Amino acid sequence: MGLRNIIGRRLGLGLVRRRKPFSTATCDGDGNGNAKSINLYSAINQALHIALETDNRAFVFGEDVSFGGVFRCTTGLADRFGKARVFNTPLCEQGIVGFGIGLAAMGNRAIAEIQFADYIYPAFDQIVNEAAKFRYRSGNQFNCGGLTIRAPYGAVGHGGHYHSQSPEAFFCHVPGIKVVIPRSPRQAKGLLLSCIRDPNPVVFFEPKWLYRLAVEEVPEHDYMLPLSEAEVIRQGSDITLVGWGAQLSVMEQACNEAEKDGISCELIDLKTLLPWDKETVEASVRKTGRVLISHEAPVTGGFGAEISASIVERCFLRLEAPVARVCGLDTPFPLVFEPFYMPTKNKILDAIKATVNY
Amino acid sequence: MANWLRISSRTVANHIKKRMNKGFMGGAVHVNQSSGLWWGLNRGGPVSDRNGRHRDPLAWNRATFLCVQRFKSTLAEKQHDSFLSSDSDDDNQSVDFPGGKVSYTSEMSFISESSQTRVPCYRVLDDDGDLISDCDFQQVSKEVAVKMYSNMVTLQIMDNIFYEAQRQGRISFYLTSAGEEAISIASAAALSEQDIILPQYREPGVLLWRGFTLQEFADQCFGNKADYGKGRQMPIHYGSKKHNFFTISSPIATQLPQAAGIAYSLKMDNKKACVVSYIGDGGTSEGDFHAGLNFAAVMEAPVIFFCRNNGWAISTNVSEQFRSDGIVVKGPAYGIRSIRVDGNDALAVYSAVSAAREMAINEQRPILIEALTYRVGHHSTSDDSTKYRQLDEIVYWKKARNPVNRFRNWVQNIGWWSEQQETQLRNSVRKQLLEAIQVAEKTEKPPLSELFTDVYDHPPSNLEEQEKHLRETVTRHPKDYPSDISV
Repeated sequence: MGLRNIIGRRLGLGLVRRRKPFSTATCDGDGNGNAKSINLYSAINQALHIALETDNRAFVFGEDVSFGGVFRCTTGLADRFGKARVFNTPLCEQGIVGFGIGLAAMGNRAIAEIQFADYIYPAFDQIVNEAAKFRYRSGNQFNCGGLTIRAPYGAVGHGGHYHSQSPEAFFCHVPGIKVVIPRSPRQAKGLLLSCIRDPNPVVFFEPKWLYRLAVEEVPEHDYMLPLSEAEVIRQGSDITLVGWGAQLSVMEQACNEAEKDGISCELIDLKTLLPWDKETVEASVRKTGRVLISHEAPVTGGFGAEISASIVERCFLRLEAPVARVCGLDTPFPLVFEPFYMPTKNKILDAIKATVNY
Repeated sequence: MANWLRISSRTVANHIKKRMNKGFMGGAVHVNQSSGLWWGLNRGGPVSDRNGRHRDPLAWNRATFLCVQRFKSTLAEKQHDSFLSSDSDDDNQSVDFPGGKVSYTSEMSFISESSQTRVPCYRVLDDDGDLISDCDFQQVSKEVAVKMYSNMVTLQIMDNIFYEAQRQGRISFYLTSAGEEAISIASAAALSEQDIILPQYREPGVLLWRGFTLQEFADQCFGNKADYGKGRQMPIHYGSKKHNFFTISSPIATQLPQAAGIAYSLKMDNKKACVVSYIGDGGTSEGDFHAGLNFAAVMEAPVIFFCRNNGWAISTNVSEQFRSDGIVVKGPAYGIRSIRVDGNDALAVYSAVSAAREMAINEQRPILIEALTYRVGHHSTSDDSTKYRQLDEIVYWKKARNPVNRFRNWVQNIGWWSEQQETQLRNSVRKQLLEAIQVAEKTEKPPLSELFTDVYDHPPSNLEEQEKHLRETVTRHPKDYPSDISV
């Protein structure tokens, strides 16, 4: 725990390296009312405050959440809402999720934190065999729809094997849960509130690289952003780029570079990976005739493969080039080799050019 | 406080002791005839001196059984202190460690991996169904006792008939409670219907007690449209919202951490109810066993963890499952008050669960019960247990230690049950079951649309698309699909 704690704090504090600050070009959040410039962890914190404030059956728990969490997402919650509703749990991910399922099954909003997505695997059985099938196996007599599992995911520059992983594809193979990943503070707040209030169990991965780095104006009021709706965040005509979470900022940089070469890129934030919005991606690819998918997770068996297959099924005759995937390598996430492993701007740019010039 | 009785019995204590001692796998277990727990409960306070120094290896057991006051963390620390310290401790030297003071000792002494004798097993009735003298137990009314016995018989007959139905190919799978009838029925009898059940899979008796009908059992096993689970799970995976019985899932021990979460919700709502979560001996090796007990202890959640130690996890004997003295000894390591009970003694199970329930709710704490029993049947219809265990062992438990016969002797000796009632009951239950099976078999299967509902609260577009495609396929190739499912 000590190690995780220290690394967590370090990661939180030492984010800035290769990523440029990213802010949403367009935003679904209601622009009216007060909005302050805040970072992503503060947006998560706001959403949790609102969730606890608007539903007295909402609970926030996990390892070290009581003092504010290793990434500060739960700061102030225990003081405001009390130790009975915001509390530390033993260091046991399967216990956290199992406990959350039980809590949710009694009509509560159980907001569980897994300290790093890299440590979610002990809870895999509880998520896959229990949470995901709770409603179905009981014929809708019981459900644990009030469960939301939050977990920081992804590269951070120095996280090595166990503080960098992007395990979303494992969970996208599980009917019965939803998988959601925000790209920015405003998105994070609105999507997290939707996940917490959604009547299905949700795994919500937070891009930890952006916790402090991504800053944008976030409305202070209570708002929700729709799940299973992708968003075109950059209009273009030559190629469609699909991504989610922190990777979108890298992809946007590649789009900007490509534009200098006269290539018009359309960029889509999938936001919800399960169940995902095929229609928005399909409509875009029908327009551009080309698609590139990018994620940090290893390419083989990644969610990009699913998108690729679906688009080929739906747009085969419209495609003017093979589907391109720019993803992590099929290695464990490496420490000193991280710059080589990552789906960087120039890897994406090369793939854009190769696809457009195919 | 419940009405606890102290009964003198004609039975010769040594006789029982002798018989029970040779009884259980993994070594002899002493019968705890005058359970100290009840002394503590009856006399309104702990008998042991929590601050005393014990050299006696059994001391900690006694402390566990005798101490009934709710302990705070500091008290827990004192208990441990008394378990581990010796007279040579330097009482002036201690370290203020998170969780409480720990005294220093200059004696390098490893805690023994086991006590010299196994934790005794609480029971009320001897093998012949006679009350053991000087025994503390919770008296049951005639009405409850007769219902308990009737339910045990019903469970037996249901098991026999459904087992045969599986052998005839009418249902795909079955799993009996044979040998463990007393556990599910007697534990259910000791609970309130508001108490929430998180079952493993060998506790249909709890549902039976709560009024789940034979027709409802049959409908689930046949997976027809009356099955609450809509035919989606294998037979015996019952669940009933109205009976506060969560739907069974096959994975082992996953229900234990969930039980802690449900109990925490009851706690937050100030409900006078607890959660009861069942598990077998094999399940205690799962990580979720650890997670569930630890979470419940830390969260001070009112859960009764009820372990049916029936000696066998499919073919794995307890000697290959753990090196501890069963399960009961694991409780104190989590800070959980625990008791070992004779699972084939319905009155002992009833009494232990009654007391556990009171402590769980009134003191807001988890309790661990280990019931020693025996899986007389095969693990399931997919298993042949004679391949890995001795027939005489099965016969011994089936005949000499049969929980249903033992309880029958008691209700019959007390004058609450007769041969005539027995015959009537068996005939009537058999008839009802055969009818239930016939009805369940004739009832149509759930329609195809139920394949796609309940994955989420509303079917997302991918499921709508898949349903549409599937229906088109079925229309093209109707012979590929079962004719009894309406499309």
